Amino acid sequence: MAGITKRFPGVVANDGVSFEAAAGEVHALLGENGAGKTTLSNILTGLYRPDEGEIELYGERVRFHSPRDALDAGICMVHQHFRLVEPFSVAENVVLGDHRGEGRRVLLRSSATERRVEELSGQYGIAVNPKAKIWQLSIGEQQRVEILKALYRDARVLIMDEPTAVLTPQEAETLFATLRAMADEGKTVIFISHKLYEVKAIADRVTVLRGGRTVTTVDAASSTPRSLAALMVGRDVDTDRGRTRESVSGEGVVLTVEGVTVPGDRGGDALRDVSLELRSGEILGVAGVAGNGQRELAETISGMRAPSTGTIRVGNDSLRPGDPRSAISAGVGHVPEDRLGTGLAPSLSIARNVALKTYRRAPASRGPFLMLRHMADAARSLISKYDVKAPGPDAPARNLSGGNLQKLVLGREFQGEPRVLLVAQPTRGLDVGAIETVHAYIRGAAENGVAVLLISEDLEEILALADRVIVLYEGRLVGEVDAATATVEQLGFVMAGGAGE
Amino acid sequence: MKLERRLFQPWWLSVAVPVGSLVVAFAVMGVVLALTGRDPWDTYRKIVEAGFTGNGALSATLISATPILFTGLAAAAAFRMQLFNIGAEGQLYLGAVGATWIALQLGERDVTSTPLFVAAMCVAAAVLGALWALIPGVLRAFARTNEIITSLMLNYVAGLLLTYLIFDSSSYWRDTSTLQARSFPQGKPIPEASNWPTFGSSVIVPLGFLIGILAALGLWVLYSRMRFGFEVGVMADSPRAARYAGMRTRRKILSVMALSGAIAGIGGASQIGDFTYTLDGSPTGLQAAAFGYTGIVVAALARYNPFAVCLVAVLIGGLLNAGYTLQGPDFPSGLVGVMQGIILFCALGGELLLRYRLRIGRVRAGKPVAEAA
Repeated sequence: MAGITKRFPGVVANDGVSFEAAAGEVHALLGENGAGKTTLSNILTGLYRPDEGEIELYGERVRFHSPRDALDAGICMVHQHFRLVEPFSVAENVVLGDHRGEGRRVLLRSSATERRVEELSGQYGIAVNPKAKIWQLSIGEQQRVEILKALYRDARVLIMDEPTAVLTPQEAETLFATLRAMADEGKTVIFISHKLYEVKAIADRVTVLRGGRTVTTVDAASSTPRSLAALMVGRDVDTDRGRTRESVSGEGVVLTVEGVTVPGDRGGDALRDVSLELRSGEILGVAGVAGNGQRELAETISGMRAPSTGTIRVGNDSLRPGDPRSAISAGVGHVPEDRLGTGLAPSLSIARNVALKTYRRAPASRGPFLMLRHMADAARSLISKYDVKAPGPDAPARNLSGGNLQKLVLGREFQGEPRVLLVAQPTRGLDVGAIETVHAYIRGAAENGVAVLLISEDLEEILALADRVIVLYEGRLVGEVDAATATVEQLGFVMAGGAGE
Repeated sequence: MKLERRLFQPWWLSVAVPVGSLVVAFAVMGVVLALTGRDPWDTYRKIVEAGFTGNGALSATLISATPILFTGLAAAAAFRMQLFNIGAEGQLYLGAVGATWIALQLGERDVTSTPLFVAAMCVAAAVLGALWALIPGVLRAFARTNEIITSLMLNYVAGLLLTYLIFDSSSYWRDTSTLQARSFPQGKPIPEASNWPTFGSSVIVPLGFLIGILAALGLWVLYSRMRFGFEVGVMADSPRAARYAGMRTRRKILSVMALSGAIAGIGGASQIGDFTYTLDGSPTGLQAAAFGYTGIVVAALARYNPFAVCLVAVLIGGLLNAGYTLQGPDFPSGLVGVMQGIILFCALGGELLLRYRLRIGRVRAGKPVAEAA
């Protein structure tokens, strides 16, 4: 791939990305979330078309118009979320979508497919029963089915998108052996990850992406997790952290989280025995690679998710587990990472969204009746106070841009005069101007004595805003650093599974 | 050809689309009528006359409109929360059972006050309708069962119950006072004082229709001006946002289902008090009218707006009524059904254009283009 550029409205996801992977190689794409790995693989598999740049496959320039073109050219991808039909058997899933026989064969010859699947399993050491139904299989086995699909279609290039995120260490070992066997057969494996150790373990060469650009391609053998971390998060860190805020921490503890374990959506625990304390006027940063429990942490404190063990207290009052209303009335404000859809109801008016948490009480309602005029006035004043660019209180929330949505949510949460404010990914997808405004609002909240829990994947944002930083890795707190002295490299290393220092 | 979701709906579209749909429907119907050797204009004139402008036409139309006004409101109340209660049919039967029971009971106790009868019948019908709707409601709220299937299936149970009460048992509802009634099963007639009054002289308006209008008004206040409706709106739009705001979704599912069932139930009471004066258990009677299913169409055409439900119920009522008048030796009832179907099809199809727009063009290349370097 050479000079690939892909622009989305407002964002350049890939900016002149180039790399080459040889046949018989395991090539890793390493980068933080938002570095452009997924966009790049979507271009490679024909889901997106690049705005600039070209793809060469075995020396021949190709242009994909659809995912099917890419499949025909022998490029297969195993997504993080599997594309399998649960009630179907392994063999049926393997032939599904393979249209090479289309038009000639009407009947599926299941015995022939099963035999071929068995052959392939033997060849690459993939243990899976072709007659089993998908729903009977573990996640690791389902992933093997995805790989079998690619092999059955004679894929020449296999792209694995963060394949180990759902695997146990033992399953990951088996996967690595399979991928190695495929590379030895002369196939190309492109391995997308942000975990340093596994990249080092499996890859021959590593291409590092940052901010949509290629940083470099290095030999895995000659690099260390530490050097990869440095490349991944970048050295050119802005050391001026704009710390003009008076540190008011040292006052009373406002939020106490004690021994909280929370079941995850995909089985297993998303948070394991997490404890933390948050003081008034303090900004506590939570760093971590996406999917290590950050979302669950915010949702548990705000009551949207019930922990299996552990307690959460605001001041001296325990919150009722799994009851958002108890968190709201205890003064927990929450700016969720999914602004439109969780933080706001998309097709309802701005006025109704502003009243989302206050509609139960006067003055937004009186008895069972809504005070519509008051709701509109409240929305208008919030729009002007927080500088939200909106046509008016009656416009549906979905018509606003990302930055204005965020200002709306922040404004609403501030207006609830919270004691604790949970802020998740506050500037994701926003432009520079909006980012500054949002940062100023968060700092302002802390100056007013609010205890802020800032969850972000943007390390520079965390270091710029937070007083202390804790790191979540696989649902555990693995480290705490003082934001004043920590570096991005240090944090990135802990985040990627390097033990705390 | 591709359908794209509209980002903005120009205001004139919500008027132009229904009108356009009707024009298309009448054009298609014209073709069908001409093909079967009839004069379209003449037929259209007859429809308007029989449904709306003729002598006594409007009174007859209101009789057809009353039950579907109730079931339309019942469907709209639930659909607004994305709760697809298809069970207004069965809830209406249960309402009729309850209203008949209380009317007979009060009659035995020598009650003669008509207002008392009306009130008691409405309450009993609402309670039974609500309880019937709560079965799928509870299943949905606590077991996440699909309410479409359960409420639909309960319609058949309710229909069989109706038949059982009159035909297959000597139930309280069945009339066994005369020899004729014993051999030809029929329901006990409710006392004279419990027959609902009508209003107006040139156009006869049944009390049930007025109650329906009141219910529409109440529903509008509830959904647009009250906390109840606020929560329903948030839950329909984004269940996650509702959870985020601390709303109790389960409780709301139960109350919305009960509300929907209660409205359909009162429709059953009106059926007894306004029109039949006895519980009709025959599979070809109340059960064949399919008021509950027509109500779903009414609600969809009205886009779940209670006031629009009133209007659409009268329009559809007129159409049904005109259908009865039109059919005869030279006009088969099948053709009436075809015409009604065409109108509904066009109206519902037009809805799509309100939310999506059609884009034509841009054929995709099927094969990869390998270019010479």
